Amino acid sequence: MRVLRILLEKEFRQVFRDPAILRIIFLMPIIQLLIMPLAADYEVKNIKLCVVDFDRSSYSQKLVNKIAATKYFQLVDYTDSYQKALIYIEKDEADLVLQIPSSFEKQLVKEDQATVFMALNAINGVKANLGGAYLRSIIGDFNREIRLEWLQFPRLSPQPTIQVSAINWFNPLMNYQVFMVPGILVILVTMVGAFLSALNIVKEKEIGTIEQINVTPIRKYQFILGKLIPFWVLGLIILTIGLIISWVVYGIVPAGNVFTIYIFAAVYLLAVLGMGLLVSTFANTQQQAMLLSFFLMMTFILLGGLYTSIDSMPPWAQTFTKFNPVSYFIEVMRMVVLKGSSLYDIRNHLFIVFVFAVVLNSFAVWNYKKRS
Amino acid sequence: MNDDHAISVSQLTKRFGSFTAVDAVTFNVKRGEIFGFLGANGAGKTTAMRMLCGLSFPTSGQATIAGFDLYRDAEKIKKSIGYMSQKFSLYEDLTPRENIRFYGGIYGLTDQQIKSKTDFMVDHLHLENQVDNLVKSLPLGWKQKLSFSVAMLHQPKIVFLDEPTGGVDPVTRREFWMMIYEAAHEGTTVFVTTHYMDEAEYCDRVSIMVDGRLDALDTPLELKRKFNAPSMEEVFIQLARKAKRSDN
Repeated sequence: MRVLRILLEKEFRQVFRDPAILRIIFLMPIIQLLIMPLAADYEVKNIKLCVVDFDRSSYSQKLVNKIAATKYFQLVDYTDSYQKALIYIEKDEADLVLQIPSSFEKQLVKEDQATVFMALNAINGVKANLGGAYLRSIIGDFNREIRLEWLQFPRLSPQPTIQVSAINWFNPLMNYQVFMVPGILVILVTMVGAFLSALNIVKEKEIGTIEQINVTPIRKYQFILGKLIPFWVLGLIILTIGLIISWVVYGIVPAGNVFTIYIFAAVYLLAVLGMGLLVSTFANTQQQAMLLSFFLMMTFILLGGLYTSIDSMPPWAQTFTKFNPVSYFIEVMRMVVLKGSSLYDIRNHLFIVFVFAVVLNSFAVWNYKKRS
Repeated sequence: MNDDHAISVSQLTKRFGSFTAVDAVTFNVKRGEIFGFLGANGAGKTTAMRMLCGLSFPTSGQATIAGFDLYRDAEKIKKSIGYMSQKFSLYEDLTPRENIRFYGGIYGLTDQQIKSKTDFMVDHLHLENQVDNLVKSLPLGWKQKLSFSVAMLHQPKIVFLDEPTGGVDPVTRREFWMMIYEAAHEGTTVFVTTHYMDEAEYCDRVSIMVDGRLDALDTPLELKRKFNAPSMEEVFIQLARKAKRSDN
């Protein structure tokens, strides 16, 4: 016990003496939480639209006005040349081209149907898709309106319509930040845990101090605990800072018990630290450790369900996410923060992450050799 | 097995793939002696020393350190030895006082013992003004002396010094050897590698490694007589010239 205390004393001294680490620990969560949720938004606005109107009729005017009146679209140009519109797309000055054929009004009035053509700039896939969908629904609306105009107040609509009204459970206003902030917190805790622990041990290898430790009668588990505990504590501190920021700035108060989050985070951090430790036993330089951790983090984070929904991944990727500790924490965070899930509800997640922790740490201890 | 031997090595070998770094080395080190371990760069000195300290597994051969078997009792050996590596390896971002506390604590010294050791070292190494400054601000000579004192903190039976005076000025070198003599006088066996031939003259016995083998082992006086050389430097050059492998 005394040896462990001495080790911890030394680690904490070194951490708090290193201005770079302190800056990372306190500034990273603040910056990430203040900027990312505001900037990385799924809602697409400012879609640049170019209208090619061959018809120039009152109906085509009406349609264009209706589209331009929404906050989603910005009319880049109103032209009668498709070639010109394509140049806008090529120059990335337009995301969408709407082409109204010359017989638009005539067909609409005479034949009761008309076709418009839409060209999407698919380089930004999300914007193109959502823009297309918005445009479709506006045109649908337009369609309904002119029909009502023509049908002269019928008692019963000749075309039955089903209106869908939806309610969003757990996030009634579909507030994007409520959804993102808990996930970003997970990323923060993960990065600090994995990077700092891996780099710390490899740094001792690099400067040679680990040799001096290895000739002492210190036990493997003492050394490793001495390395794990400080970063475990730092991880929980970052989580606390993050929860405070999300409460003060975004007004997010977990619907569930905060301690449920802490209990899960405590176990989760052990798994992440175990991974960092494992990386450090394989790497000989900080560069190697950094690159290896970076690769693992990128994979885990991109496939962790923060940015893209796991349910819409292909089956093999869904299988992979079962071995991704990050995805469990993101899910738990959302469950507890949005839905108010209890410890009992997340018991399976907790158990799985606990198994990760045991496996990763055992592997790391086994692979850490005092003698080469 | 002789009780007078602090270190007893027999046919110790270390191979890295097809390269034999240490080739069936056999020697004994007497209790309390200053044993010089010489050899050109790449002759295998550090590799041999790392095996004796339990940092590296031998490929074959036997060794007993402070009465403990190198394979079975590695952890017990670690309690009885001190080690100072070629590369300075105290924590530069801690102060001398914190380094002493850290290593003292790891070796199981009590707070009381650590305190008295610290006071002794401050006094002995004239660290009064530096003891609470970060180690990285100390001059190299002081760092090396501090490093040696830290290796001696737990009063080990044997201390291994790997080129302890590399890059140090002559005055500090002299002071350093005074410390080595003091340690030997108090009964610690000193196992030291060096490139300075004047230092070889200070040793009780000297061994010279060439290409992973131990080519000579005797007192400096005997060696000079055997090789008909006026100085240890001459002895070393005669032996090292036979070497086939060089630094790389």
